[in-house]
Amino acid sequence: MADVTTPPKDVFRLSMLIYDTRYRSLTIQAIFMILLMAGAAWLVDNTIHNLHALGKDFNYSFLWSRAGYDINQHFIEYNNDDTHGRAMLVGLMNTLFIALISCALATVFGVVAGVLRLSNNWIVRKLMSIYIEAFRNIPLLIWILVIFAVMTEAMPAPSAFRGENPTSSMWFGAVAVTNRGVYFPEPLFSRSLGNIDLGIFYVSTDLIAILIVLAASIYAYRRLGRHAEKVQNATGVRPVTWWKSALILIAPVLVLLIALGFHLGYPALKGFNFQGGIQARNSLIALWLALSIYTGAFIAEIVRAGIQAISRGQSEAAFALGLRPSRTMNLVILPQALRVIIPPMISEYLNITKNTSLAIAVGYMDLRATLGGITLNQTGRELEAMLLMMGIYLAISLIISGVMNLYNRSVKLKER
Amino acid sequence: MADTEHEFVRSQMLPALAPPSSQVGAVRWMRENLFSGWANTALTLISAYVVIHFLWGMAPWWLHAVWNASSLPDCRKIIQTDFGPHAEGACFAVVHERWKQLLYGFYPDTEYWRPNLALILMLAAIAPILFSHLPRKLLAFSALYPFIGYWLIWGGTIWFPVSALLGFVIGGVVFKLLAEKSAVVAAGAGIVIAALWWMFGESWLEAALHAALPISLPSVESRDIGGFLLSIIIGVSGITLSLPLGVLLALGRQSNMFFIRSVSIGFIEFIRGVPLITLLFTASLLLNYFLPPGTNFDLILRVVIMVTLFAAAYMAEVIRGGLAALPRGQYEAADALGLDYWKAQRLIIMPQALKISIPGIVNTFIGLFKDTTLVVFIGLLDPIGFINAIRATSEWNGIYWELYIFVGALFFVFCYGMSQYSMYLERKLRTDHR
Repeated sequence: MADVTTPPKDVFRLSMLIYDTRYRSLTIQAIFMILLMAGAAWLVDNTIHNLHALGKDFNYSFLWSRAGYDINQHFIEYNNDDTHGRAMLVGLMNTLFIALISCALATVFGVVAGVLRLSNNWIVRKLMSIYIEAFRNIPLLIWILVIFAVMTEAMPAPSAFRGENPTSSMWFGAVAVTNRGVYFPEPLFSRSLGNIDLGIFYVSTDLIAILIVLAASIYAYRRLGRHAEKVQNATGVRPVTWWKSALILIAPVLVLLIALGFHLGYPALKGFNFQGGIQARNSLIALWLALSIYTGAFIAEIVRAGIQAISRGQSEAAFALGLRPSRTMNLVILPQALRVIIPPMISEYLNITKNTSLAIAVGYMDLRATLGGITLNQTGRELEAMLLMMGIYLAISLIISGVMNLYNRSVKLKER
Repeated sequence: MADTEHEFVRSQMLPALAPPSSQVGAVRWMRENLFSGWANTALTLISAYVVIHFLWGMAPWWLHAVWNASSLPDCRKIIQTDFGPHAEGACFAVVHERWKQLLYGFYPDTEYWRPNLALILMLAAIAPILFSHLPRKLLAFSALYPFIGYWLIWGGTIWFPVSALLGFVIGGVVFKLLAEKSAVVAAGAGIVIAALWWMFGESWLEAALHAALPISLPSVESRDIGGFLLSIIIGVSGITLSLPLGVLLALGRQSNMFFIRSVSIGFIEFIRGVPLITLLFTASLLLNYFLPPGTNFDLILRVVIMVTLFAAAYMAEVIRGGLAALPRGQYEAADALGLDYWKAQRLIIMPQALKISIPGIVNTFIGLFKDTTLVVFIGLLDPIGFINAIRATSEWNGIYWELYIFVGALFFVFCYGMSQYSMYLERKLRTDHR
């Protein structure tokens, strides 16, 4: 009887590595890893041999040698005597700058077009459909090149602004749109506080002062709001705060600006070109507009889908509770719609950041043009430069998607 | 009450009156859609003004279009003599003059029938995949098409694609023979034997057959292939290859096997984290470092591989979304029926997951097709490359709208067609009751 109840002895046979599902996954993984390692080893071995045959080594010391080229847009001090590393940093800041302003403008375009696409108005609805379909179905590169061609070939030369009866004039007497770029007035401080040296670059003390004052005003404004809420909860009457909040938000910054001697430096035609003001080159403008309008079409679809995802019953319920339309929007619709809208929106921001590398089409000096362009060609270190560039783009992308995951976790529906 | 005298009682129903004129037809539609309130009316007026202003400004440019001229100054002269000294007009003569380059690149003039035939056959090969009511036997032609298309476009001896195809046949036969014993072993053996065939058997058979029966087309170099033909080649091969690869990557990412899962995640996140341009530069600059000295393989092939890998990573994320949306019960039901992993995937999981992810998949396809324009940066002459080249010539220096409109319209037709097809497919596959 004993041999009936004892289970059969678990003997391991070699064939179980293939036929037994318990062990088969181990076999597959082992073979997979061996093949992968062999492939990687083969690639690395080839690379070592090829580098050796070319008499090259693998090191990043070129980042500390003299760059010797100029970059026409730099947010930190830079000239051609600086190092390749610093040139890379300038390029990275240019990449981040164009990404930032494109994200901002694309959001504006996208939200407006997405909301208008749901409008009751037939013409507006159709116009928005045309905009969205045209930009979603034609490559971004074509749009960048078209806008760049229009900027450089259809805009007036600076000389058209000259003379008694110029053929072109500045917008509001302050902004000049020319075929060499757009000239804006620049903010100047006649009693400036100077700069702080942070080691790698300088930061304007004026800017820091303004930011601190703004942050303090916003803090005070929120304190005021909370106080009003407390009074309302206690007495049922909300104190009038609008003039106080306006005063708190505007007055301190205004006083600070006057104290610093804030004024605008207007661009003016001198010689063959405009002097003074800030010049935004055609490359920047074309890339900025094309990226924003193109991505705006995608964001519009995201916004539309987000709004349509909220069932009508939600707003009807809010109205039944007696909420005003603005409170319905703020308290009921938006919190739910944003949960649907924001994750794909952030991945559009990620796309913008990666698409800034199309700057190559118009010669905007971004990370690819500095590190992956001139530096790579001058030093002949393709491998190092490309790896570093991919690493930087990867880091930016991972940071953005990390932020997205944090957000997703915070707004996730708390379920069982 | 009962004996109240009624003067008149109507015994028949009156015919219904026509609704007021403001509640029917065009008037009602306009009241509802254009002038339903003061804000709406203002919007209507503003947008109507914008549209009319835009069309009014554009109309002369289109109406004065010139289709026959040899250069831009020539073109402008024709417009000024025909429509007055200040007239402006489109100069589509540049398209008329250079359409061959924009469409075919430097493909030899006499051989244009080959890409044309390849395109027509491609439509025939795609049709049974796109429309399920066509006879299923046509799928055999779709499977053969890559070899036919390759031979038509690149030319050379017909025995090269034939013997390459033979590798797949041999691998398939080996798999069929061994599949009874163990699917994993069969798949491994099939791949190994096909690879051995391609490495050792193929060139021998190709040479032997070519000596016996020389059938060949004049061969065309890859560097001569350009224009929209190049975009379609890269786009279509990328699309066909990236879908299966994306499915594999998505399954790898969901897999229980630790190594396979982590390699899939690493691959997907890396590819999605870097811009396509850097991958294309890797293909053109760095591949020579990674391969044995002296290897030099075709730039178009390198680009197709990179574009495929790029799209496959995005595809994998889209399909993963579809897999995640399936209820757990579907997997359990497949297990309960005793289906093994691949049968469960093929019969139960994938049909549903792919259906959910159709919009995302087609969006990835459209993105891939649009991204083929980036190959201009590594020196391939796609339509954008030719636009740059044409704009640099002395005849057409200063022209831009006409060329970009032409190329943009070509891309628009393809991409818009794809998105419309995806909507049709979604409607057709919708099985819920809405």
